[in-house]
Amino acid sequence: MTGTAAGTGPAAGPGPDTGTGRETDAGPDTGTGPDTGAGPGGAPGASGRTAAAPRTGGRRHLAGTPALLRFALRRDRVLIPVWVAVNALMVLSMPGTLKSLYGTPAERASLLDQMAANTSLRALVGPVFGDSLGALTAWRVGVYAGALAAVTSLLVVVRHTRDEEESGRQELVSSAAVGRRAPLTAALLAAAVASAALALLVTAGLAGRGAAGAAAFGLGLAGVGLVFATAAAIAAQLTQSARAARGLTAAVLGAAFVLRAAGDAADDRSSVLTWLSPLGWLEYLRPFAAERWWVLLLFAGATAVQAAVAYRLAGRRDLGMGFLPTRPGPAEGRLGTAGALAWRLQRGALYGWSAAFLAAGIVFGRMTEGAAQAVGDNERTREIFQRMGGQSGLTDAFLAAMTGLLGLVAALYVVSSVLRLSGEESSGRAEPVLAGAVGRLRWAAGHLAVAFGGSALIMLLAGVGFAIGYGRQAGPVLGACLVQVTAVWVIGGIAVLLHGLLPRGAVAAWGVAGAALLIGWIGPALNAPRPVLDLSPFGHLPKLPGADVDWTTLGVLLGLAAVLVGAGLAALRRRDMAG
Amino acid sequence: MTKAHPAIEVSGLHKSFGRTHALDGLDLDVRTGEVHGFLGPNGSGKSTTIRVLLGLLRADSGTARVLGRDPWADAVEAHRRIAYVPGDVTLWRNLSGGEVIDLYGRLRGGLDPRRRAELIERFELDPTKKGRTYSKGNRQKVALVAAFASDVDLLILDEPTSGLDPLMEEVFQRCVAEERDRGRTVLLSSHILSEVEQLCDRVSIIRKGRTVESGSLAELRHLTRTSVTAELSGPPSGLAELPGVHGLTVHDHRVRLQVDTDRLDGVLRALTASGVRSLTSTPPTLEELFLRHYSDPEQETTGPELKATGPERETTGPERKATDPARETSGPARETSGPATTGAAQETTGARPADSTPAPEAQAADSTEAAR
Repeated sequence: MTGTAAGTGPAAGPGPDTGTGRETDAGPDTGTGPDTGAGPGGAPGASGRTAAAPRTGGRRHLAGTPALLRFALRRDRVLIPVWVAVNALMVLSMPGTLKSLYGTPAERASLLDQMAANTSLRALVGPVFGDSLGALTAWRVGVYAGALAAVTSLLVVVRHTRDEEESGRQELVSSAAVGRRAPLTAALLAAAVASAALALLVTAGLAGRGAAGAAAFGLGLAGVGLVFATAAAIAAQLTQSARAARGLTAAVLGAAFVLRAAGDAADDRSSVLTWLSPLGWLEYLRPFAAERWWVLLLFAGATAVQAAVAYRLAGRRDLGMGFLPTRPGPAEGRLGTAGALAWRLQRGALYGWSAAFLAAGIVFGRMTEGAAQAVGDNERTREIFQRMGGQSGLTDAFLAAMTGLLGLVAALYVVSSVLRLSGEESSGRAEPVLAGAVGRLRWAAGHLAVAFGGSALIMLLAGVGFAIGYGRQAGPVLGACLVQVTAVWVIGGIAVLLHGLLPRGAVAAWGVAGAALLIGWIGPALNAPRPVLDLSPFGHLPKLPGADVDWTTLGVLLGLAAVLVGAGLAALRRRDMAG
Repeated sequence: MTKAHPAIEVSGLHKSFGRTHALDGLDLDVRTGEVHGFLGPNGSGKSTTIRVLLGLLRADSGTARVLGRDPWADAVEAHRRIAYVPGDVTLWRNLSGGEVIDLYGRLRGGLDPRRRAELIERFELDPTKKGRTYSKGNRQKVALVAAFASDVDLLILDEPTSGLDPLMEEVFQRCVAEERDRGRTVLLSSHILSEVEQLCDRVSIIRKGRTVESGSLAELRHLTRTSVTAELSGPPSGLAELPGVHGLTVHDHRVRLQVDTDRLDGVLRALTASGVRSLTSTPPTLEELFLRHYSDPEQETTGPELKATGPERETTGPERKATDPARETSGPARETSGPATTGAAQETTGARPADSTPAPEAQAADSTEAAR
């Protein structure tokens, strides 16, 4: 379907200058080396030409962009509306919920005091800058709405750039009258459309709480979206695989989250670490609390610089190529089993996740001590502090919150790893393997061993990181991390079941992981009813360290994971392989 | 392998995907040690059949045995003796071709390292390149080398030469012939008819998920029409009334016609009655067989023209080779390019001295021989 669509896309809208003569004219200009054009509007330096030449050159590079943009939006007609709608609904449902939770000024004042004392919540959510419902909304969902906007952007941009090149579809499109920069421009514009739609919805929906604040919040979310759209555009130039481009951009997003978490835990007003993170800029924009409009310039500047870098990289490389040269591999291989193959295919990703989790553990571990001390000076804050269990209660709460956060993120790993099965199957690469003397269970077992073992490994490494960073309570912290594994495995089990039942619907596992994330992060604040919170396996975990270990619950979760995996494998054995 | 069993035994196979009936009672018999051509147009169910034979799909009904085993229940054991080459090979981007060859080999019954090295040389494959950097033809070569070097009894090749250049196509054909000489069984799914004609002992033609013909090429040819071109000393008489004669054209004393092969005798009598100066008779090509089975009724009217031009290709070996690349590379355009290429062939045929034209039967035998 996409193939034929790709064919008709560029043909439907021939650019203004389709002359092949001018196309060849561009040869020396682009061939001589770095294309100095900074952006879509920038005039490439065709030195020594007439003034008109660079102008047409710029336009020529963009020929076909409108058609490609329409085509991209057509392909994203489900993806963009769903992501934007979920995001906007999350934001717009917040004022009502917060009103029921913190109806009176006194309740809100007490919340602000609590936030001064509660460093773990600050690390998760960010600092509060005002007690209006608008300010509380921006505080409670800002970081997550920003992260969702960033994920939307990265998915859209990589999908229309590196994905297209990797699949070979871009070749056909680029053979038409399509400028060298048109595909990247169209992808960025598609992401911009998504960001703009989100900004409009949020601004309109929150306008009742204050037009300026609503506009600032909407623009801030769009700003985060654009910053990560251009970051993804750079990643798409560097890597050769769409998977790697998405992973790289997601790693940047994760780093942005960790930076602002560290910064916010240490300081509830202005921290250098938070200033380093685009998600932190969204907080420091202070919507609904004396907006600092100039912060928007940071978004604009970062977007412009990253876009310039992306265009420059795109101008320097060949279609389908990355920047790292592909080195020749061995003429003979040692891989001899399906398990070894699975490990070989997945080990790179696992190394990346391991490093990230170890680093996150160390960062959060180092924050722990300070988090328990960064308590406001006033009397009420001290009271709250004591009620929360004093120094040890606060560190426990902080550690519990952070390990819980990493557990939710590990659910994303387990889903991505289990879905390798589905990727191998739908790409046709599983077929020759299964045509060998390899049973389906053995083929699946190789990937699942990496998925389930790997998720235990990264949580273990997170615990090690905490132990290194914090330097105390190594045993309890390790335990707190490993407890998360049971819930992670349940999510993994659901992914296995989905793949076993519906090979084409296996991507729904991302929805399951996303729902667990939303419930875990936003659910408690929404005061969601218990049955909803209980839907997520993470809601059942004991809050370690500090709480008692509930072995029964853990046993039930492990049993559930085993049943899900077993049912998924049984279904896989029975069904037809897709291909 | 148990010699008692046929290599592949399929009967009454049904498989639907939703409302599409991909297989509708398909039969297939592949004898041990033969190269069996599996023919059918796109979407006729060839790949579905192969995927059932590999245990990747489960048949709705019917029976299938591969090397005497149930391909669904006993897949792993059967696969130890099977090498499979898909029509579109996808490789892992970060594994080298050599690694993939060895992996495929080890996942089957093992690999002969000497033959592997020899095949890499013959196919001119660089085994150190990584998956993404191979062209389509080279990806195909990776799977072919792995299959031919594997220690197996049965090769299942699903349109294996797509993307190969004519030189490599020839290497492929030699490899298949070698495999047969070594006593291995080959199921070759293809729609490149020259390839099948050259390689296959027996052929099954399927259409819309059902087997419509099965047998040796000679048997199949018998069911169809022979083309006859003759130059007579007098005006021909009574040809049009003869049973089994089709597409008769008379130009002065020159006669062209097709005749149902079992009615050939009557036509020859009628011709000799008018005095024969020269005579060319050619058996139908596989292409004609194919077109006859697949052209829809409304296309039947245009059919004879194509059929009439076909036979010359058969007689002129060298020309056929020369036209191969064109046929190969331009899949769908192949049929349309047919008449043009045969135009050239016709001339060469016409230039032959009349007295050197062998007798019809001898020539038919000749070209059958050449086809093998």
